[in-house]
Amino acid sequence: MTTSIRQTPLFACHQALGARMMEFGGWMMPVQYEGIQSEHLATRTAVTMFDTCHMGRFYFSGARALEALSGLVSQDLRGMRDGVCRYGFLLREDGGILDDVIAYRFDAQRWLLVVNAGARDKDRDWIVPRLGAEVRFEDASDRQGKLDIQGPRALELMSAVLNRDLTALGYFRFISLNRNGESIVVSRTGYTGEKGLEVYLGADRIAAFWDELLRAGVKPAGLGARDTLRLEAGLPLYGHELSESLTPVEAGMERYASKAEDFIGRAAVARRLAAGAARRLCGFRTDGRQAARAGNRILADGREAGIVTSGSYAPTLQRAIGFAYAETPLATPGTRVTIETGRAPLEAELVRMPLYSAVK
Amino acid sequence: MIPEGLYYTKDHEWVREDGGELALGITHHAQEALGDLTYVELPKTGKVCKAGDALLVVESHKAASDVYAPVACTVAAVNQALADAPEQINQDPYGKGWICRLKEWDREGLKSLLTPEAYRKLLASESA
Repeated sequence: MTTSIRQTPLFACHQALGARMMEFGGWMMPVQYEGIQSEHLATRTAVTMFDTCHMGRFYFSGARALEALSGLVSQDLRGMRDGVCRYGFLLREDGGILDDVIAYRFDAQRWLLVVNAGARDKDRDWIVPRLGAEVRFEDASDRQGKLDIQGPRALELMSAVLNRDLTALGYFRFISLNRNGESIVVSRTGYTGEKGLEVYLGADRIAAFWDELLRAGVKPAGLGARDTLRLEAGLPLYGHELSESLTPVEAGMERYASKAEDFIGRAAVARRLAAGAARRLCGFRTDGRQAARAGNRILADGREAGIVTSGSYAPTLQRAIGFAYAETPLATPGTRVTIETGRAPLEAELVRMPLYSAVK
Repeated sequence: MIPEGLYYTKDHEWVREDGGELALGITHHAQEALGDLTYVELPKTGKVCKAGDALLVVESHKAASDVYAPVACTVAAVNQALADAPEQINQDPYGKGWICRLKEWDREGLKSLLTPEAYRKLLASESA
């Protein structure tokens, strides 16, 4: 258990900008600088940066690194070439989702796994005893920082800042490059639904890099905008849409956990797929601005038929949207439902996510 | 950002006497604490409230917050512009961001509300 709230290497930068801070996943993080709305729209129309140093970064190396990781990560890792990253899960034997992760292949013998902040300690304790003695493991989360730079101007601007053409870097591809004698990693990934990059560099250099990007005109954005952006982009959040009591089948994400090769949780996922999930994750959209919130009940024909896991007003769509788990027969786009809010009930339509995407 | 000539509540609302009615809104401090407002559940005209009754609800990205009737009153009118532009409360909390007008209000109750000076002290004590 985390006993004290941690600070990222950018904590002083956030304070200097007058950010509103809150605890998230055991870390003191910026919620907003100017405001959620303006940070959201700046990401959709220009370029913003997010402190994501709180996320976990695990490096694996050795001749058996691929073999060991393949048995732990639900995605097909053997089909990946160098410089490719893929989204997948760490699962329990019963198929419950321990975490959702992104695996980076530098080469067959060197891998990076990026995990959620709140699950970092749990993941490490689960992974390390399962690796075998021949795989070297490093939790680099403290020595390495991470920034997400997102928005339609991100690739062009970062090409100039890093003096390297990144505009042709494919989605879910990454490169390593040398900058002032330091090797940094840049991937075409993100959590906003926009074109953008995630940049990994030394924790001791990240504050200077942050300041350099501020001077280049990149606006900082906080966790508030990160949440509304990922909702519009239909991206699940661990602890809301994903948890140990759910499998990838309920989340509608079985395609990330269906490789032929064995991995922990594979048999349970296959069984759940064959039997059919009682509930499925779906998006919803209302006609107005009033938001449904996590925990609100979904009613269909007057009886309880699901539960909201995330909900907010969506600035780009100018209406309230969210994620919910609904009984499988109902969980199809077009179904009309009522959401109990504790005040006036909301009328909503179940929809296919994402409601917004400009990643490609 | 605590204008003179208004009455305030400990729940960070303001009212202003205006042509026999009261205009009501939330304070600059309240809108700043809530962040960008995304939705206002306006009361129905004619709604009758006792002092302290939930009058209406304002929502930000993260939360919904009740706004209470500062005194016994009846809702005379609402600022319909907020239905599509709740950000007016953030931009101009004491002006274009007014939320509703109240009639048949309790004149004795008004005297028990906070003066600008008392509200300033309340904010100072809350931030201490």
